[in-house]
Amino acid sequence: MKERARLLDLDWWLLAIVMGICFLGLLEIYSATHNSNFAGMHWRQVIWIGIGLAGMLILSRIDYHTLLDQAPLLYMIGLVALLAVLAAGHTKFGAKRWVAVAGMPFQVSEIMKLVIIVVLARFFSEVRTDRLALVDLVKIAALVGIPAGLILLEPDLGTAMVLLPVAVVGAFLAGIKWQHAAAVVLLGALMVPVGWHVLKPYQKQRLQTFLKPEESPRKAGYQILQSEIAVGSGGFWGKGFGKGSQNQLGFVPVRYSDFILAALAEELGFAGVLCTLLLYLGLLLRLVDNAQKAKDQAGMYVVMGVTAILGFHVLVNAAMVIGYMPVTGIPLPLMSYGGSTTVFVFLALGLVMNVRSRRFVN
Amino acid sequence: MTSWIGNDQKLPQGRLALFSYLAVGMTVLLLFGFWKLQIIQSGHYADLAERNRVRSIPIIAPRGTMLDRDGRVLVDSYPSFSILLLRDDPRLLEKNLEQVAEGLSLPLDDLHQQLDAAKSGPKFQPIVIKPQASEADIAFVESHRADIPVLELMMVQRRRYPHDGFMASAVGYVGEVSPQQLDSSDGRYRPGDIVGKAGLEREYNDVLEGTDGMRRVIVNSVGKMVRTLDDVEAVPGKPIQLSIDYDLQAIAEADMVDKEGALVAMDPRTGEVLAMVSRPTFDPNDFAVRIPGDEWERLNTDAETPLLNRAIQAQLAPGSVFKIVTATAMLESKAIPETTTVVCPGYATFYGRMFKCWVYGKSAHGVVDLHKAIVHSCDIFFYTIGMRLGIDRLAYYASALGIGHKTGIDLPSEEPGLMPSEEWVERVYHRKWYAGETISVATGQGAVTTTPLQLARMIAGVANGGVFVQPHMRKDFPDAHVDRFPISEDSVEKITQGMYGVVNEGGTGAIARLENIEFCGKSGSAQVIGYDTRNRLGKQKQFKDNAWFVGYAPRRNPEIVVAVLVQGGEHGGAVAGPIARDVVKAYYDKKERHNQGQTTASNAIPVHPLAATIAPHGKPLGESAPEPPR
Repeated sequence: MKERARLLDLDWWLLAIVMGICFLGLLEIYSATHNSNFAGMHWRQVIWIGIGLAGMLILSRIDYHTLLDQAPLLYMIGLVALLAVLAAGHTKFGAKRWVAVAGMPFQVSEIMKLVIIVVLARFFSEVRTDRLALVDLVKIAALVGIPAGLILLEPDLGTAMVLLPVAVVGAFLAGIKWQHAAAVVLLGALMVPVGWHVLKPYQKQRLQTFLKPEESPRKAGYQILQSEIAVGSGGFWGKGFGKGSQNQLGFVPVRYSDFILAALAEELGFAGVLCTLLLYLGLLLRLVDNAQKAKDQAGMYVVMGVTAILGFHVLVNAAMVIGYMPVTGIPLPLMSYGGSTTVFVFLALGLVMNVRSRRFVN
Repeated sequence: MTSWIGNDQKLPQGRLALFSYLAVGMTVLLLFGFWKLQIIQSGHYADLAERNRVRSIPIIAPRGTMLDRDGRVLVDSYPSFSILLLRDDPRLLEKNLEQVAEGLSLPLDDLHQQLDAAKSGPKFQPIVIKPQASEADIAFVESHRADIPVLELMMVQRRRYPHDGFMASAVGYVGEVSPQQLDSSDGRYRPGDIVGKAGLEREYNDVLEGTDGMRRVIVNSVGKMVRTLDDVEAVPGKPIQLSIDYDLQAIAEADMVDKEGALVAMDPRTGEVLAMVSRPTFDPNDFAVRIPGDEWERLNTDAETPLLNRAIQAQLAPGSVFKIVTATAMLESKAIPETTTVVCPGYATFYGRMFKCWVYGKSAHGVVDLHKAIVHSCDIFFYTIGMRLGIDRLAYYASALGIGHKTGIDLPSEEPGLMPSEEWVERVYHRKWYAGETISVATGQGAVTTTPLQLARMIAGVANGGVFVQPHMRKDFPDAHVDRFPISEDSVEKITQGMYGVVNEGGTGAIARLENIEFCGKSGSAQVIGYDTRNRLGKQKQFKDNAWFVGYAPRRNPEIVVAVLVQGGEHGGAVAGPIARDVVKAYYDKKERHNQGQTTASNAIPVHPLAATIAPHGKPLGESAPEPPR
């Protein structure tokens, strides 16, 4: 039953789109850093992409059913790793998110994203009805809630939130009663005041800044404003590669990472943004296509889990850059500089390739 | 094998397809957001980006220097730094204020006060908290750029004046533009601009003032300058050359330094003022930075009025100097025979009241004619002449000789003095003129008041036959106005002989005699209050007579005239006379050197007075430009 998939049966279209996005990312990382202390950062990103590609190939070789078999074990490992980070992780920028992997800092929560995709795919494919029971919803909430809670403690609100779309998309596909959906939404709304107390001061500030930008003090409102200025001043054709004043003079915050889209929008203009967003649209459509062609529900849930996370990333990040969402520290997949996030995305794509290469296998 | 794999179930293709639409919808939504910013509002944000990166920094134009008649620098400017406090982020300000106060050794309360005072102004406008930063202050600002971002340095041009109040009253001072000037300047001035506030600084502000330039620089997100975009160079103010002779001024200052009064020396042929002193005075260098409130208060309320330029603003009874006016009226009106004599027994009675001569109680002048009356300043003679002339004639000639009129000197706030007349008492006091008043006025007492400059102009004008050139401080003064009131040769001869006698025939100014120089003049010891009142109050310093001496040389068509006022000096000839003599002597000494071709270095090389006051007068002085004071 588990026959070997062919090595070269990859989604080449998907890969092409991915490499296009990576290329745009490298361009802007170079532009944003070549005049600063961070010069040479794009080469490091190239290495991360290489590692990611290797990881993708390896992961696509291991039958996803095998992975799903080990879901409970993976889940436990993930939770232990998160606890370990809380106990002994590096503190960077005021948050404990990193552990050293081969001497490099690595965000454990990125692993948890993969684990939750696998775990929920296993869970949903075990639910054999077309309507989720209430007890199923409670189970899902627990499965997602525990790691999300741990990540929230780091604190990393952004990554904790990223886990939710996997559950939401999965629940929708598995079939959820509208009453239940309404109840979940209502419950979520009720949780907001509780959640407010859980938030760290800087998180509260970011939210306040987003909700009432005119009242925000210089620091917090500044980032969004500078990002908007960068985007807006780019115009249709942009100021030219390496010529964005907001980018080059450092007005755009973390312009090589979270706000890389602002840097791109300034230098390459609306035209550049259009290309970028169309590439991402292509990526998402290609992922959905793969889900539709999956051999079984398990494969579909795996692919859609990946789709949910990546889509969420793109939406939240791009919306943040134009001031439609608060600053959450969610990077733009494949473009923002960062080892953990880049490797995660490639591993997630490895899962997709994995499912795809087994679509004809019976 | 694995029980959980649900191969039996079909995929929910419909729901999956929904996600494709969702992805398209999301992309459209985001593109709409970007479109709005990048296309619709792109102009607005381009503006903001430009404002982000471009800063305009004013380049302050230095004010023009003031030179003396030989090109020596009297007043100049030097660059210095002011420390600004940026106010656009109140929270940051609050956080840093204590550190700022400590680092710049400024009282914290003062800073709070200044911030409160500036509250109504626009927030982006920084306030100057330290107008003249020391090197330590500058180092503090530079080294804390990152952690105290509310401080900024601004290069400014400071005015440098001679020390010790040298010529201070005439030079004046500069200060921040007042709100009224700001409103009426049509945007020519910005708040904090420095303008001339008094004296020559104010009179010639338009010449001295340059046009500020502007430097546009690109700054990065932490405000560090990356590069300069363009420069609009500052146009420095133009220098003005004064007719003041530094050498004469220095002598005059030295003689007047411990006195209360004024001195003005002038070349009556051209109207060029050669020296002008007013004491006590102030140090304009204090004003060049920011004058502390209590110092300003002191200067304004001080009973000795140090801010007054007494040479043109002191309106005091001229005393016996006025007798030259009376003598001119006597000779020119021909109402009285010029050979008239009067017997002076030391006093006389007019209109039932006793008037004393100044020698009363010590001696008497005996038989006095006009010559003797001028030489010995006999009051009885001029009382009699005044009575016989009447106030109308006196007022006519006084007015013609410039008493009661501004001289038109190129300085702000000149006072006209006062020549009383029948018309004047009626207008001001609504009464008739008392004949007895004429007696006092004829000897420069009573309601008549003059400034030192008026007396210098008057004496010199009489001595050169009635030509009065408008006095001026600026050497290149086009179209100096000339008043002509021809006085007959005979009258001029008689009066100047008298004034020659004052100095050279054992008269009241005999102490001021100079070898080989026809130094002439007229003394005056003017009562501040009437004799009776003074006797009642007892002798107090503030009621001591004012000593006057107006001297000139040579006797006819003088080249130099010097009016000296020493308030409370009591004896015009003895106290004011020697001062006038010193200045005239210095004038001739210098002329002598010129004639012998021994032009000294001090005449050829522009030298700052700071150096000159240290170096002995007349010696060659340092060649290098003066360093700004540290």
